Amino acid sequence: MSAAIEIESVSKRFRVYHERNQTLKAAVMRRRRSVYEDFWALRDVGFEIPEGKTFGLVGDNGSGKSTLLKCLAQILYPDEGRLATHGRIAALLEVGSGFHPELSGRDNVYLNGSILGMTKGEIDRKFDQIVDFSGVEQFIDQPVKNYSSGMYVRLGFAVAINVDPEIQLVDEVLAVGDAAFQEKCSEKFADFRREGRTVVVVSHSMPSLRSMCDEAAWLDHGRLVQVGPAQTVLEEYLDSTREDVRVDTEGRVRWGTGEAVVNRVELISGGSVTDTIVSGAPASIRVHFTAREPIERPVFGLAIEAGDGTYLWANNTRDAEAPIDRISGSGHLDCELPAVALQPGSFSVLASVVDESTTHVFDYMRDGARFRVVHGARSESGGYLALDGAWTAVVPS
Amino acid sequence: MRLVRELRGSRELLINLTRREVKGKYKRTVLGQVWSLVNPLAQMAIFTVVFAFFIRVKVEPGDPSGLNIFAVWLLCGLLPWAFFTNVVNGGMASLVANENLIKKVYFPRIALPISNAASVVVTWLVEMSVLLVVLLVVGGRPLIWLPFVVLTMAALALFALGASLLFSVSNVYFRDTQHFVAIAFQAWFYATPIVYPGFLVEDQSDKIGPIFSDVTLYDLYRLNPMERFVEIFRNLLYDNRWPELDSVLWVLLWTVVSLAAGLWVFQRHQRRLAEVL
Repeated sequence: MSAAIEIESVSKRFRVYHERNQTLKAAVMRRRRSVYEDFWALRDVGFEIPEGKTFGLVGDNGSGKSTLLKCLAQILYPDEGRLATHGRIAALLEVGSGFHPELSGRDNVYLNGSILGMTKGEIDRKFDQIVDFSGVEQFIDQPVKNYSSGMYVRLGFAVAINVDPEIQLVDEVLAVGDAAFQEKCSEKFADFRREGRTVVVVSHSMPSLRSMCDEAAWLDHGRLVQVGPAQTVLEEYLDSTREDVRVDTEGRVRWGTGEAVVNRVELISGGSVTDTIVSGAPASIRVHFTAREPIERPVFGLAIEAGDGTYLWANNTRDAEAPIDRISGSGHLDCELPAVALQPGSFSVLASVVDESTTHVFDYMRDGARFRVVHGARSESGGYLALDGAWTAVVPS
Repeated sequence: MRLVRELRGSRELLINLTRREVKGKYKRTVLGQVWSLVNPLAQMAIFTVVFAFFIRVKVEPGDPSGLNIFAVWLLCGLLPWAFFTNVVNGGMASLVANENLIKKVYFPRIALPISNAASVVVTWLVEMSVLLVVLLVVGGRPLIWLPFVVLTMAALALFALGASLLFSVSNVYFRDTQHFVAIAFQAWFYATPIVYPGFLVEDQSDKIGPIFSDVTLYDLYRLNPMERFVEIFRNLLYDNRWPELDSVLWVLLWTVVSLAAGLWVFQRHQRRLAEVL
């Protein structure tokens, strides 16, 4: 697979001025150059972004991910290294920039479109689509200063997303508009993916990155930490953000303060511990714990992920209204599942014990148990869920 | 050159940005675009009252046109001057004013000062057309000189553009630039024969004699490119005759120098604009 973007040991330096000659007077009076320190926002970053993939950039604030995106968008230029892009690039870093408040929505679509690199012909062709997407048809000939902030942003977003580039760069703008508009946006990104466009996205929202990205790169203080399949990179990044994360003797990632710990997780079906369940059969998940000190009102939680990392299900004792008063010492509790409505495949169980508010984590265990689901009585075609669909006979209308 | 290549690809951007400037400027005013004419006319009225009526500045009649109307004579110099300062002032502010655009979107940055200049050209064309009508009404014969007027206008536009490119970058680094330029323009206005005829300076200069070796005050006075531009516009429009060759060459030299310097500086700094702003 060819690369849409090649990044070769790119470095970007910013000058942090202690005393900056911002006025002519300062420059003349001091008769010397400004006093500054170099700050490397990016240091020797190199990787490739493959064509047709949705690629995520993650990292803490100040990790350099937005700087890298701006370098790709040609807003900033790297001081060292080389960037090569193959295909037309459009950047969605801010929406509605360049709108003139006194001009009508229609004029602004043309203005903004041409700033983003579209020709008049292109805008003519896409005009209806843009207006339709933004949902401001009625007001398109009104000056945009009369728009609500939501309409303003939606129109800006609609223009930007209809540029139809080969490579789309996106910075944290997915959280725009109401739920219905967000739905439209994610559909549009799904379209991009299907059409084989390359999308590079910077976001702090792990769920949206998880669902969008094929691959990801993790930056920390301007350096590349890891690049690879999104699932792996995102998980490693998330784990790194927990202060007390550790890997236990069995290679499982865990974190938490440890006042109470999950010892092991077992899957019980047909009265015995197993790692294989028949699709649709009842089962229960047993959590063995040890409380090193008495804990009032703890909350136990369970979650199931598919083999590819997709988050399928979660449940905890608080939300299920099965509160626990107090634990001390060792013990176990079961979560009973009347029917495991999963398609055949492999799955993993995550277990946690947290405090009453579910904000303080005593212990969190990834990969607490792995199990397989095998075919039951009826087979369905695919996906994660076994909904036990049944077809009627054809009814002539 | 990189800049030129970029510009060719962004013709529509330039048109749209220019339209934004022109259309947005007088929105929500009752008179709308008429304002762009009211300004120079009001200035003309004020200067005419002060300089022709109170101070009694005498200007020579147009030769060979025979025109002898101070207000018209004044406009022939005032309109090019106002155009020049509007291009430079607008261009100088264009980068700072569009800071958020520059920081968020990639597009050829030079489109901003150029579209500013283009929008001022649009209003200038209207002003000059009005002047042309006035000249015809008062009995001048400007029409045969029109092609040369247009060429001179093009030269002045490029000269002004070069200066605005230079100052726009300078203003990004030092915001003092705009205040400094405002004062410089005041001095420059009176160093140019707009509200008084140039021969007054020549007369004084002759009385003083050479300042050092054989250089006179008037020689220095004539170094000013705007002095020559105003002279050429008056020759063509008011006097209806050919301008002096040396003035034409001097003006062309300045145009080339200004444009080359402006483009060179802009090219060097345009990549860092997003960072510095």
